[in-house]
Amino acid sequence: MNVTITVNGKQFTHDIEPRLSLAQYLRENLDLTGTHIGCDTSGCGACTITMDGNAVKSCTVLAVQADGSEITTIEGMAQNGEMHPIQAAFKEKHGLQCGFCTPGMVMVAADILKNYPNPSEEDIRHGLKGNFCRCTGYHNIVKSIQLAAETIND
Amino acid sequence: MIPAKFDYIKATSISEAVNLLDEHGFDAKILSGGQSLLPAMKLRLNRPEIVIDINGIPGMNSIEETGDEVIIGANCTHTQILNSDMVYKTVNILHQAVTTLGDVQVRNRGTIGGSLAHADPSADYPAVVLACNAQIEVEGKGGKRTIAATDFFQGIFTTALEDDEIVTAVRFPKVAHGKYLKFYQSASRFAIVGVAVVFDDSKVKVGITGVSDTPYRATAVEEAYTGNGDAAEHAVDGIEVMSDHFADENYRSHLAKVMVKRALEE
Repeated sequence: MNVTITVNGKQFTHDIEPRLSLAQYLRENLDLTGTHIGCDTSGCGACTITMDGNAVKSCTVLAVQADGSEITTIEGMAQNGEMHPIQAAFKEKHGLQCGFCTPGMVMVAADILKNYPNPSEEDIRHGLKGNFCRCTGYHNIVKSIQLAAETIND
Repeated sequence: MIPAKFDYIKATSISEAVNLLDEHGFDAKILSGGQSLLPAMKLRLNRPEIVIDINGIPGMNSIEETGDEVIIGANCTHTQILNSDMVYKTVNILHQAVTTLGDVQVRNRGTIGGSLAHADPSADYPAVVLACNAQIEVEGKGGKRTIAATDFFQGIFTTALEDDEIVTAVRFPKVAHGKYLKFYQSASRFAIVGVAVVFDDSKVKVGITGVSDTPYRATAVEEAYTGNGDAAEHAVDGIEVMSDHFADENYRSHLAKVMVKRALEE
């Protein structure tokens, strides 16, 4: 099937099999390997991207369903060589250890901050329920998102 | 993990989806939010030959108010319901349940119609639609019909839907006072026990999910209710209680009574 998908502002058209997940499409067809595949069954959140502005788990969306959509992946967050405030905050607050979960964490953080521009700690922890960090570095991830909120609001 | 091969069809109308279901029978599956179906297909628990995507069908994703009811289109995502002021104000118990459901990403894709049709015995919506006496609108080859929530759930992953029918909307009566309480399975966020109580003058309606392989109205609790939590001891009367490695039968039965008591005492 032919699909046309806009990813990080660039439009792509590919002939793909219906059973290809959006996560695989991003990694295999577009070489955007920042989107990680962990559990592959919508539990862990490592594959989180935004689709038409909303955070979704790209392992549990078919690429054909994304036809006509606008996708942002972790590669689309930095602008002109400058880290996105969320990325900068993760660096500043040591919000990552091994880094496997980090792209998903950053992308879901963008969704949390869209809905809660001034999030409480509880808002952030509730928003992170679908993302696992197996280094268990949650405290610093929460602090990173708090700092990101402050930076963005400044 | 890659699902078995299938043909993908994006339906543009309810009648097109229904005709495809009628034509392909058990070989076809309806794709709504896909948050249960797609993992099941990857794990090869399900291998449909035809996947009918109903997301593009117009008119199935609105939330409307008519007199004493709120009508929610089957394709409304959980996030849409969560963010609806109308739902918050008029069917607050539904808002409470959606707050506990899945996570941000799953709520952004999953739909109320998909969840109800999937009929996971630990899903949150069943308890709420039962306690609210919601009406489930469906459409098939033979036309439209309405199924009362109390008649909808028939067993594990089994509903009153005919093979050619899809859920098109859910009609909730407005509920002034209700409470949804849930004891989470800590990894999946599904309910080990989920209890929905709707208070109506001196009476209650109680829906329970997660306890039996079929969500149910706890009529024994409703009949015994006298304005306090004592009736909760009847929470599993006449019910075959599920048992698994998270919660065995005794634990689950006890938990159901505790959760019903807490909800009744709200």
